[in-house]
Amino acid sequence: MKKALFSALTVALLYGCASTPVETEKPAASGAEPAQGLPVSPPLAARPGQPAAQIDLSKRSVFYDYDKYDIKDEYRPVLQAHGKYLAENRGKKMLIQGNCDERGSREYNIALGQRRAEGVRRMLVLMGATEKQVEPVSLGEEKPRCSDHSEGCWSQNRRSDMLYSGEY
Amino acid sequence: MSPRTFAALLAAILLLAGPARAQLTIEIIGGGANQIPIAVLPFAGESMLPQSITEIIEQDLSRSGRFRAIFVGGVNTPPTEIAQVDFPEWKSRLADAMVIGQAQRLPDGKLEVRFRLLDVIKQSQIGGIAFTLTAAQTRLTAHKIADFIYEKMTGERGVFSTRIAYIVKQGPRYELRVADADGQNAQSILISSEPIMSPAWAPDGTRMAYVSFQNKKPILFVQSLSASKQPAPVANYRGSNSAPAWSPDGKQLAAVLTKDGTSQIYLMSPDGGNLRRLTVSQAIDTEPFFTPDGQSIYFTSDRGGSPQIYRMPASGGEPVRMTFEGDYNVSPRVSPDGKILAYISRVNGRFQLMAMDLESKQIQTLTDGLRDESPSFAPNGRIILYATDIDDRGVLAAVSSDGRFRQRLGIQAADVREPSWGPFLGN
Repeated sequence: MKKALFSALTVALLYGCASTPVETEKPAASGAEPAQGLPVSPPLAARPGQPAAQIDLSKRSVFYDYDKYDIKDEYRPVLQAHGKYLAENRGKKMLIQGNCDERGSREYNIALGQRRAEGVRRMLVLMGATEKQVEPVSLGEEKPRCSDHSEGCWSQNRRSDMLYSGEY
Repeated sequence: MSPRTFAALLAAILLLAGPARAQLTIEIIGGGANQIPIAVLPFAGESMLPQSITEIIEQDLSRSGRFRAIFVGGVNTPPTEIAQVDFPEWKSRLADAMVIGQAQRLPDGKLEVRFRLLDVIKQSQIGGIAFTLTAAQTRLTAHKIADFIYEKMTGERGVFSTRIAYIVKQGPRYELRVADADGQNAQSILISSEPIMSPAWAPDGTRMAYVSFQNKKPILFVQSLSASKQPAPVANYRGSNSAPAWSPDGKQLAAVLTKDGTSQIYLMSPDGGNLRRLTVSQAIDTEPFFTPDGQSIYFTSDRGGSPQIYRMPASGGEPVRMTFEGDYNVSPRVSPDGKILAYISRVNGRFQLMAMDLESKQIQTLTDGLRDESPSFAPNGRIILYATDIDDRGVLAAVSSDGRFRQRLGIQAADVREPSWGPFLGN
């Protein structure tokens, strides 16, 4: 049930209409509670040309290509929104968990996941968060969201998740 | 395969699948060349022991790929002395060597097992030992006898009495286990609801370094094997802490930290003190592994654009690239004699175990799996244990370092991964 929900959410996140707020979304860490006082979908300033209403803080994941760690343009508004939120809420902290698909060395995947998380950290700091607010860590291939040996699964597992304190 | 070997194997498999639910089962795949034919006769009085000691000896020897067990049925009274041995009979059964022995209870209640290893051709004794033991030490004694036979017959040290560590994932439960080299006698060192990874034996065999995710991120621990509780972390810095590797003298731990940004290799004391950075790059530097002489460290780095294996002085300095074929070469491990580099290479989308002769730089592909990973040399360098999967289930496999002989070890209904072969005992 949970897995199906996640899959549905991922599809929604990846391909769905961004203006539909996904109220039920939970971060990757199972059993995590939403952070208290976190606005679900406040209108935030977005990149020029993008309506502000499309950005909301319920989007918590960045997805990657195989063996890659560069952040695709489509995730910039999401990171901008979180960066701004952190800048405006200095008391908030965030754990960024980088993940990889199962292929390759477990330890190398820890390093690759770290680089993915580190990329998100850099972007958030660029958007106004402070170093003390964000910690990038890696889960490597150890906590897959999806466990089939197929690209359909792997693409979901190549991911950075942003978790606010209280959610991990 | 002789009927007795087969029966013993079958018995082993049935036995393991039965009451000892969580034990590893062993399946032998290939056959080694130049196997020594050996007859392991039942020991007089061995029925007083909790396990058949000669069956364990015979299984150990067969599993090594270096021996072929000769059928020993039809012997009415097993000989215990060389004078009682019918050598022409064993010669006609094509045995080159044979093992005889006996078990008895001593007046103080302890047990004694004595055995002799005989040369059938020369009709002479090669060697023999008497062990005093408790019933609980039957299995270890069998492994020690197999080690003795192995060393006398091959000239190399046996590894049957050594131990292996590995990770088991069963549903949401992760366990770090230590077992005999044959997969038996497994004990849990750590149980967690979060992943455990990268177990690494201290060279003295009393401690284990590993990575735990119990705090939602990788943190490094060193735990005594006699302790049942997880100790304080050795490295718990901002970011990730992983990939522990011991120096051969046990005085230093290499590990990968990200406290200064990207994954870099650091050295520290086994208690986490005296931390210093070893690599300085903008790249990923991970999977450190000390050479047996302690002078160099092999590691994986993507500084050249793709993950490749490098070697650098253990005191720091300029790394030298070691792998050039392919665009994904990871997980370097050096054989105990320092002559072979084992690593994992991605070849046409498959992850396979490779062995590089470090002198000639010749490369041999040792496995043909789809997801082979985490190689670990036996302390005698003869066998490499690694993780693979069969029908979506993680299993351990072993291959002789010449690639000729293979076997699989699996646990029913569980994922087994990340083997680490422990050191020789008594070092």
